[in-house]
Order: sequence, then structure tokens, then C-alpha cells
Amino acid sequence: MSDATAPDDTMVDREPDSALAAVLAAAKRSDLGLVVLTLGLIYLGATLLTFTDGLNSVVGLLRTLTFLGLVYALSTLALNLHWGYTGLFNIGVAGFMAIGVYTMGIVVRSPDPAFGPPGFGLPLPVGIVAGMAMASLFGLIAALPALRLRADYFAIVTLGLSEIIRLTLQSSTFDTALRETLGVGTGGGRGMGMPQNPVRGLFLVDGRAGDPTALGAAVFGTLGEGGLGISNNILIGWGYILVLAVFVVAFYVLLERLGRSPFGRTLKAIREDELVADSLGKNVDLIKIKVFMIGCALMGLAGILWFGSQGNVSPSPQFEPILTFYIFVAVIIGGSGSNTGSVLGGIVFAAVLFEGPRRVGAVLRDTIDAPTPPTFGDAVAAADPVGLLAYATDNIAPLQFVLLGLVLIFIMHRRPDGLLGDRIETAAAVDLTRREGGERDE
Amino acid sequence: MESIELLSPAALREHPGLAVVAAIGLLLCVDLLAKLAGLQVGPLGGSLSVARLGSNLWNGLVIGLVIGLAGIGLSMTYSILNFANFSHGDLVSTGAFTGWGVAFVVAAAGSQPLGALVTVRDAGDVTPGAIGAHVLSTPGAIVVGLLAAFAITAVVSLAIDRAFYKPMRDRGGIALLITSVGVALVVRYLIQFAYGADRRGITASVDGDTLATPLGVSVTAHQLTIAVAAIGLMVAMHYTLQRTKLGTAMRAMADNKDLALITGIPAERVVAATWILGGGLAGASGYLYVLLRGTIQFDFGWSLLLLIFAAVILGGIGSIYGAIAGGLVIGLVFTTSTVWISSDFNAAAAFAVMILVLLLRPEGLFGGVSTA
Amino acid sequence: MSEPAADTDPEAADSPVEQAAQRTPSGLPLRVDGLRKEFGGITAVDGVSFEVESGSLTGLIGPNGAGKSTTFNCITGVHEPTAGDVYLNGEAITGLAPYEIAQRGLVRTFQIARELPEMTVLENLMLAPKNQQGESALRSVLPGLRGGVVDQEEQLRERAWETLEFFEIDHLATEYAGSLSGGQRKLLEMARALMTDPEVVLLDEPLAGVNPTLEEKLLDRVDDLRAEGYTFLLVEHDMDVIMHHCEHIIVMHQGQVLAEGGAEEIRTNDRVIEAYLGDDL
Repeated sequence: MSDATAPDDTMVDREPDSALAAVLAAAKRSDLGLVVLTLGLIYLGATLLTFTDGLNSVVGLLRTLTFLGLVYALSTLALNLHWGYTGLFNIGVAGFMAIGVYTMGIVVRSPDPAFGPPGFGLPLPVGIVAGMAMASLFGLIAALPALRLRADYFAIVTLGLSEIIRLTLQSSTFDTALRETLGVGTGGGRGMGMPQNPVRGLFLVDGRAGDPTALGAAVFGTLGEGGLGISNNILIGWGYILVLAVFVVAFYVLLERLGRSPFGRTLKAIREDELVADSLGKNVDLIKIKVFMIGCALMGLAGILWFGSQGNVSPSPQFEPILTFYIFVAVIIGGSGSNTGSVLGGIVFAAVLFEGPRRVGAVLRDTIDAPTPPTFGDAVAAADPVGLLAYATDNIAPLQFVLLGLVLIFIMHRRPDGLLGDRIETAAAVDLTRREGGERDE
Repeated sequence: MESIELLSPAALREHPGLAVVAAIGLLLCVDLLAKLAGLQVGPLGGSLSVARLGSNLWNGLVIGLVIGLAGIGLSMTYSILNFANFSHGDLVSTGAFTGWGVAFVVAAAGSQPLGALVTVRDAGDVTPGAIGAHVLSTPGAIVVGLLAAFAITAVVSLAIDRAFYKPMRDRGGIALLITSVGVALVVRYLIQFAYGADRRGITASVDGDTLATPLGVSVTAHQLTIAVAAIGLMVAMHYTLQRTKLGTAMRAMADNKDLALITGIPAERVVAATWILGGGLAGASGYLYVLLRGTIQFDFGWSLLLLIFAAVILGGIGSIYGAIAGGLVIGLVFTTSTVWISSDFNAAAAFAVMILVLLLRPEGLFGGVSTA
Repeated sequence: MSEPAADTDPEAADSPVEQAAQRTPSGLPLRVDGLRKEFGGITAVDGVSFEVESGSLTGLIGPNGAGKSTTFNCITGVHEPTAGDVYLNGEAITGLAPYEIAQRGLVRTFQIARELPEMTVLENLMLAPKNQQGESALRSVLPGLRGGVVDQEEQLRERAWETLEFFEIDHLATEYAGSLSGGQRKLLEMARALMTDPEVVLLDEPLAGVNPTLEEKLLDRVDDLRAEGYTFLLVEHDMDVIMHHCEHIIVMHQGQVLAEGGAEEIRTNDRVIEAYLGDDL
């Protein structure tokens, strides 16, 4: 991760070779442009894949891709603060997310055990703040003793902690103990239902299908089943995406400001060489604890916005360590250290690597006119390449993870700095490329 | 010697955290004795039959041997190649699937369709009973399967090293660690693609499986097979490291890489040997784990990985004897922790022990004595 | 070195961006008293005492294994001394953490330059100043407070440029520190140390691996800075440099102070000659 790249020429305007290169160059200069361009390409691909199935399918697929892209962007931004900026090798992200989501659920759920695991019955905003605070507190508990460990030991400690959290939430013994002491529950392995997404309440009175609010009636009437024929649930989904987009922007602005400041400069220095930061009078331990807690709170919030909005949560498989590794891959794709890269990495990972292959596989499968062999062994034994292809496209899920692994290996071999790793992310609140009178970052 | 110093008063004064852990450990031992004696002293004691404790200990020992066997390879790659290999668990799975495929073929090639046997019951419709793989009825097949698990996983490990790790020899441990996460995904999901995703039974049930019941602890034929095979492999490993030139070179590399290179040790050959031995043992341990559990699933090695890490860390990274001892400790914690806590938490207890060791004694319980 | 804002902005007189304007020429910025450090059973430093005069360039010299580095590490807080005390401007700093000692005005450089490779030269320098407003996460984020952070950053940037000009490496300002040559890194280290606005600068073999031209330049800068009142303690292996530039020299041998005095005294000291002959000078 420490290969220093030449700092020149990315900031310098060069003569573009072609119209496409000119667009790409322009997009690269503007962070928003880059994100919009990426999303546009993804939308284009998704539309091409599904347009024969009608508008509803297209809009539905775009909704799924955008949702995943944005929740991954949130998680990636949070992890980038730990790993990209500070070099803290936290691979317990899934655990901190689970803490956020479960705390929110317990705080907000009804105290009546008739509806499943009882909670405290407090308002949703209280639950969200509590979820962030609790994730942050667990971050503190992890950070206090572990911060001086080597990076790989630190990684294993955080991974172990995240598994302990998951196994505890899964335990019916813990659920029972919690019910007996605090009168609230986790639901054990079955998990718990999440509070209703307030966005649904904007469209439907009390969230009941078939009882739209004024806004709901207007939207459903024009775009929905009364108009263009897009399903109401997809439209509500798009409503939530707007909320997620606001949070992505908020995370981004927050982290950019943190990064482009003396605080961010110290984080970078800690990543590069702790002893130097220490000998220049920076309280390295305290700063690490602070940044770990901030990042964990953001992970908790990202978990709430992601899993807390989706009806039901359970410890397995939702919060298994693989989730952490997905988010890590997204950070690395984008280029650790860059917030724009994190947003981009999250979107590219979710749409292209995570959702893309199974959609492409399904479309390809439809073009193959042969029955799918029941197992790989049967496909090989039949010695028929069409059958093998049919098996492969029908079982695209494992192959997609193989692809994911290969992409990760390829990036580590050829481009360890990620998509945007060649950019200089200045850690200062002022422009450091000119001596004075530069544009102020305010 | 270190482990004695570990509990000396001076050492405890210097490490108050260690003192607390030692005190808790002592308390648990006292409690255990009280429970065995059937005494109730305040919150301590209660009742626990000798048979139950005995079977906890015996089961822990057997699991611990399997984990320790897997840990040897992880510890070797950690110390010789300087990275935490997150694909090690999937090498464990690789050995299990390939080894059992071979064992099935040897056990039932004439009577059952080959496709079902090679794919470890993914293709076709054959029951474990029809294949009849059991150490009492088909001992030859079980042994051949074990050897195949070792050999095939060794080859796979070596191939992975050539393809993915060799181009990165000069890179840092963290870059290699991240790469190994990618390798883990590739291996695990190729296994799922080829062998299917469902959990399924492997071994047949045979009459007279329980060989003896000393003190009421039942000892099955498979448990005994695992113990013998694991200890046999460990002893073979010990002789390879201590008595061969290559073994000496490996120990030197683990001890001090730069010094070893200066003295003209053939680095690439040592690396190859590391993967062959470490990968092979991982494959063998996966095969034995399935013999113990009787079932197989494509991601069982991945879910064992953190326990294997725990064993290696407990024993001190770089020491194969430490890895074995660490495996035994983890196995025993895994099974005996159920005396005090719900079995929901036995894995969590093992992870907690691992975290405590990393925090309080990162050089391992047995004190950084690097023996390769 | 010029003092940028001192005259123009009286309100900022005690701001951290500000240089320590007035340095009193008298007094003892650094005093080491009976310092002792044991590792296991080995005594690396055995009762070392010395004083460093304000505005002086004091040399600490001795053969390999004499205990120079350990003494250095005990002063800067990397090691906690087994016994003895270190005083900075009369205040005991014994056993404080390195960052606490740096905050009190004693800063060090490293024998093998430790630039922050993936940060630019300017970022390296702007990291150093103490008590920056924007080091608070909250201040750097909240809209109402960030204005002050940005103002201070502008002043810091100007000071960093001036410091780079002083060391004649301003043409490298926007380069990654990792792309600098060995000698440039040494200059960067010293420039960065000065940005902390120190009382005392401890230089750990700043000339090791530096070519003669650059060596002259570095020593000239040190002389300029001394004229402004900075105090230097120089650990060097090279006898010649110490003899030519330091007015006060401390010779260590086997963990103890063997001799102390001016260049001439040291040159003619029999015990020093003996110790060095024994080490194949």
C-alpha cells in the first residue's frame, strides 16, 4: 500500500486524444462528474440487459443497483476513515454494523412481546443515535487495548470481536438473559423485525398498502400503477434512495472536512509512520481512539440505513465476516485514502461485481436452449460444452465470487492504489499547490 | 522454561492483565474440582460427572488435534512468508473434498456410479450407507483418502503460490494478506461450483463403532483414527524439520529471513517446501475433520479459519509445536467451556481466549520460542 | 530565519503558528542528571550527567556502543530511564511520552530520515506545528469553527514555504516526500523539526550519508539558527564535524561521560584518545 506514485500529471490539463477521452478527462477533474458518469454507465448497462422486460423491470433493477451502490458507498466511506486515512486494519466492520442495527431495533421496537422480541418503544431518531453511540462504544472497547498491536494482529482481534458479537446476537441464551434482565430481546438466530421505514409512511398512511397519502397518490398516479405502470413498492424504494443519497453526501462532506484538515494530516502521518507523529508532539493513541470511535459510529449508522431499512435482520448470514471483506474490496477498488474513490468503489463493487454477474448470467441462460444439468459432475460427465455453459450460467453465484476474488488479486498485483489511487488527496484545509490566495475550502 | 516464568510473581506484577486472567483460570480450576467432588461452596461448585468432564476433555483433545494439524501450515506460512494467510481455511476444505472423493472411489468404485463418488455425493443419488465409508469396514479407502487429501492439497497450494503469491514476494504482509482473501474467495467458490453448496453426510454408520468406554467416556473408531493419524503426521513433521537439510533451512528462514538468505539458503525451494508441507497438512486436517463430524459443506474450512488462527496465536506464531499445543488448548476450551456457559458461546469463548492472548501475550502462551 | 507574522500581527503573539520570538540567551534549556538505563541485566547508560547551554551547539560523541543512542532515546522519551532525570528549561520531563516532550519544546530528528513518504513536502512541514486548531476533529468539521482553521492553515502554509526557502528545498514543496533524495530528506527532517517551534533540537547523526556540499549547507543552517537562539544537541559519529563546529563536546564511553569540554581540551585528552584508539579510529 505504500508504493509512492509520481505525483505529477494528474492535475495538469493535457490535450485529450478523442472526444471520449475528453469527457473522461473532464469527469475525472470533477468528483461529482465521475460518480454521475459511473452511475450513468451502470444504468445504461442495466437498461440494455432488461429493457425487453418492460419499464417496471428496468426501474426495479436500477433501484436495486442504486440502493446497493449507496449503502456500500456509506460503509466504504466509513471504513476508508479507518483503513485509508489512518491505516487501522479493521476487519470487524460487520460486527460494528450489527451493534448499530440491533441497538436501534431494541430501542425502537414495541415493548409488547406479542410482536416478537420486545424493545424499549422509543422514537426512531433516539434509536439511530443510540445505535451509533453503542457502535462507537464497542469501538472504544476494542480500540483501548488493541491500538498498539501490529496491523495484522489488530485485524485478527477485530475479526474475532465481530464474530463474538455475531455469535452472541445469535445465541438464544443471550436473548433469554436479556429478556430476564432488561425486558428486551434480540430474537436469537431468528433475528428481529426492523421498525417501519419512515419513507414508506410518506407514501402510505401508516405504511398500509392501498392507503396512499396525498404524496403517494400523486406519485403512484403519475409514475405508478395508475400511470406509467411502475410498481408502488419500487417507487417507495426510490424515495428511500433519495434519503440514502443525502446521507452519502453528508458522510462525504464530513469525511472530506475531517481529511482536509490538520486532524486528517495527523491521521495520514499515523498511517505513514507513528513514531514520527509521536516525536512531533501528536498524541497518537488518543487520536487513534478518536478516529476509531468516529468510524465505528459511522459504520453503525451505515448498518442502520442498510439493514435497518429492510424489514428483518438476523445475525447469520447478514453479519458474517464476508460482509466486512466485501466492504474492504470496495475500498481497495476505489483506492484507499480517497473519499471519492470510496463512493466510486462502493458503487462499482455493488453494481458491477456483486449484482452484475448474476443479472448477466440470468440473461445469458435464457439464450441457451438446453436443459441445465443437475450438478457440475453431470455437466462434465455429459461432455457437452452447451450443457456445461448452461450449468455455469445457472450457477452464476459461486462464479461471481470467484470473479470477485480474481479482481481483488488482480488489483493487489497490478494496481494496489485502486481506481483513484493516483490522485493526490491533500490533507490541508487550504490549497497546497499554490502559495497564497488559493481557493478556500470553505 | 518460559511457561514457568510466565506465572512467576514478578511476571504477574509486571502484567496486571495477565494476573487477572491467571486468577480467573485458577478460580475455574477450583470450581471444576468442586463440581467433580459434588461440593457447593457459595457460588462455586455444583455437580459434574466424571464421565461428562471426561468426554468433554476427550472430544476437545480430538478436535484440538485436528485444529493443531491445520495450524501447523498456517504458522509456517505466517513465519516463513510473513503473512496471515486467510485462504488457509479453504485449503482445509480442498483437502476434505478431494480426499473424500478418492476415498469414496476406493471404497465403492465397483458398486456405485463413479460420478457420485468423485463429486462426494453431489451428482447422482447415492446414500452414505450405500458407499459404506468407515474405518472399520473400509480401512484401506480411509487411509488412501487421507494420503490423497495431503497430496492434492499440497499440489493446489503450490499452484496457488506460483500463480498468485510468487509475483508479490517483495511486497508487505498486509498486501499479501489482502491477496489471500481474494484467493480464499476463488478457492471456496470453485469448490462450491464443482461440488455443490449443500451440507451432506459422508461416513456410514457401522455396528461396534464405539470401541471402549473408559470411565464412561465413549471412544469411537473414528476418534481414535483421527488421534493416531494426526499424531503420526505431527511426528513425521517433527522429523522432517529436525532431521533433514530442508527442514533446517525452513527453521532458519522462519527464524531470521535475511540472515538465512545471506547464508545461501535456497529461498524458493524453502517456500515450495512450506506450501507442500503446510498445504498438505491443512488438506489432511480437513479430511480428518469430516471423518470426525461425518458431514461436509463447501465453506466449513472458512468457518474453522478463525479457530485455527486462535490456535496459532495461542502457541506463538512461527512455532509448529506451539500451533499443536494451541490447537489442543482451543479444542479443550471449545468443549469444556460448556461446563460453565451455554454451548451457544463455545466458539466465542475460543475467540475471546485468542483476543486475550493477543492483547496480553502476543508472543504466544509458550513464549516466542521459534522452532520453525 | 525570517519571522513572518511577528511584527504584522501582534494579536497572534502567543499563537502556535507564531515563532517563539524572544529567546533568552542565558539559562539551561537541557540538563541531564545521573541518567541510567538498564536493559535486562545490561547497563547501556550508567550515570550520565551533562548540561546544554542556550543557543549552543553541543556535540555528543563516542565510539559505537558508547550509549549515545540510548541517552538520546531516554531524553526524547522513547525509553524510560531506569534512574536519573532530564530537565527541559528547569522542568523535569523524565519518563514523559515522546509526544509530551515534543510539545514542551524538545524535538528530534532521526538518524535514518523518516519522511512521511505518501505526504507532500508541504504536508510534512504543516503536520509539525503544535496546538493547531484543526487538530480537533470537531473544529475541522463544524461550519462555524472551520473558518478559523482555514485562516490558521493559510498562515501555516506561508510559514512552511518560508522554512522550505530557508533550507533551499522550496522547489520540492508539492512533491511526495518519498520521492526525495537522501540528502533532501535530511533537510526536510530538520525543516519539519523547526516547524514545531522548538527550544532544543536533538539531531541524530544528521550528516550520515550526506554529501560534502549538502553537509556544509546543513551546518550553515544550524549556525544561522543558533544565531536566532535555537539550541542544538548533536549526536555524531564523525569526530571531525564535532571538532570543527561544536563549542562544547561531551564524549561518552561504555555508558559513561568520559570527558567534556571544548574541542582543544577533547583533542588532547588522553582518555579520549585511548578510548578512540581502542575502537580503531
